[in-house]
Amino acid sequence: MEGDVLIIGGGPAGMETASRISDFKRNVILVEKERELGGHILKWDRLFPDGILASDITNELKASLGNTKVILGSYLASIEKRDDYHFVAQLSSGEIIRCSSVVLATGFKLFPAQKKQEYGYGLYDRVITNEDLETRFKKSEGLGKEAPKRVGFVHCVGSRDEKICNKQCSKLCCITAVKQAIELKQLYPDAEIFCFYMDLRMYGRGYEDLYLEAQSKYGIRFIRGRVSEISQDQSGLVIVKAEDTLASRPLKITLDWVILMAGIISERENDYLTQQLSLQLGEDGFINSLDPIIKTDQTNIPGVFVTGSATGPKTLPEVLSEARSTALTVNEYLNKIKNG
Amino acid sequence: MVDFGFKLSSSNRIDLDSCDSDLFLKLKAESGTIKQCIACGSCASSCSAANFTGVNFRKTILLIERGKNEEAKELIKGCMLCGKCTLVCPRGINTREIILSINQYYKKERF
Repeated sequence: MEGDVLIIGGGPAGMETASRISDFKRNVILVEKERELGGHILKWDRLFPDGILASDITNELKASLGNTKVILGSYLASIEKRDDYHFVAQLSSGEIIRCSSVVLATGFKLFPAQKKQEYGYGLYDRVITNEDLETRFKKSEGLGKEAPKRVGFVHCVGSRDEKICNKQCSKLCCITAVKQAIELKQLYPDAEIFCFYMDLRMYGRGYEDLYLEAQSKYGIRFIRGRVSEISQDQSGLVIVKAEDTLASRPLKITLDWVILMAGIISERENDYLTQQLSLQLGEDGFINSLDPIIKTDQTNIPGVFVTGSATGPKTLPEVLSEARSTALTVNEYLNKIKNG
Repeated sequence: MVDFGFKLSSSNRIDLDSCDSDLFLKLKAESGTIKQCIACGSCASSCSAANFTGVNFRKTILLIERGKNEEAKELIKGCMLCGKCTLVCPRGINTREIILSINQYYKKERF
């Protein structure tokens, strides 16, 4: 198969880049390893800050793919830069793809919460992750028919933590926790909800308002302290320990459910691709842009572009805006190599 | 002179214009990790002495940084050097080394 652009990854970044490059009458090939387009938001129910349905966004993105050739359930087995302007890639299915440029829209991975053993994910039934909760929201299950009395959110699980080699802030979890806490409170108005945080990073428009609403309208309580340990009592309830740093006292609380806000880490499964293309990775494992301000979607290899959260945690609107700008950059590059 | 019962109180505020940064500079020179604290409280939360005593490593290094060394010293008095705080610190601060250095400083310089 031949094309102008090969896009790796069929999440929001890959889909939006594909549809915008197709607008320039280019041949675009989009490869997605899963059997469905959408990436992480397929598992998400509603999106912050306004509660728009994730499925609406996915459908809209899918509908605008234009003439993009979509290959599902396949990943790249190898990729090679032949002469100056051509790439040859082989898919897991054995199919060979020749193209003039490559866009890595390989996204991120959620931190596997069981690695933080002291939080007991996978050991205790009532310790779940942000992703698990979204899946439950999607299935309209919530936290079960029996209304929980007390629920806790643990921020920064797998983020800002040198002990598990992820120093970066995942950026989205603060606002996601606030969103999910409000959703739980809407489902179970009598439940007491606690958020254990280190810093609340409400940097986006509308986020601070949501935080204020969580406090004033929903009565969600915020405790400043990183959870050090979670255990289970005989009745299956979970006990959370932290320092209440603002009161300078150790704190203990028994909860019905604990939600771990698993952070965003780099998709290390693609390391062989970045090695074959000789791309530079940062210490955090994310792909390095040529520069962090002007050339955010270019890499150290001409013809290889990167977009979305493959270069670090990003919100959905940020990813989509970047995808559009990547489409322009790629089109410019294709014009340039055509004209010599 | 009539005694109205008033007296001058010493200042309670942290005065960064004239604070004793001797200990902090020493600790900084010995182990750079003291500068890395994000005040998350993992150390105090996991502390095996904190449930019954006033031990609080987070507050200790904060107070030292602010030049309140005497108050800080009191907050590690019950420390048993079990090292749990070193294990949990997300910034990789060498807490035991710092506690030992503080003790050494007071033994050498002040007593």
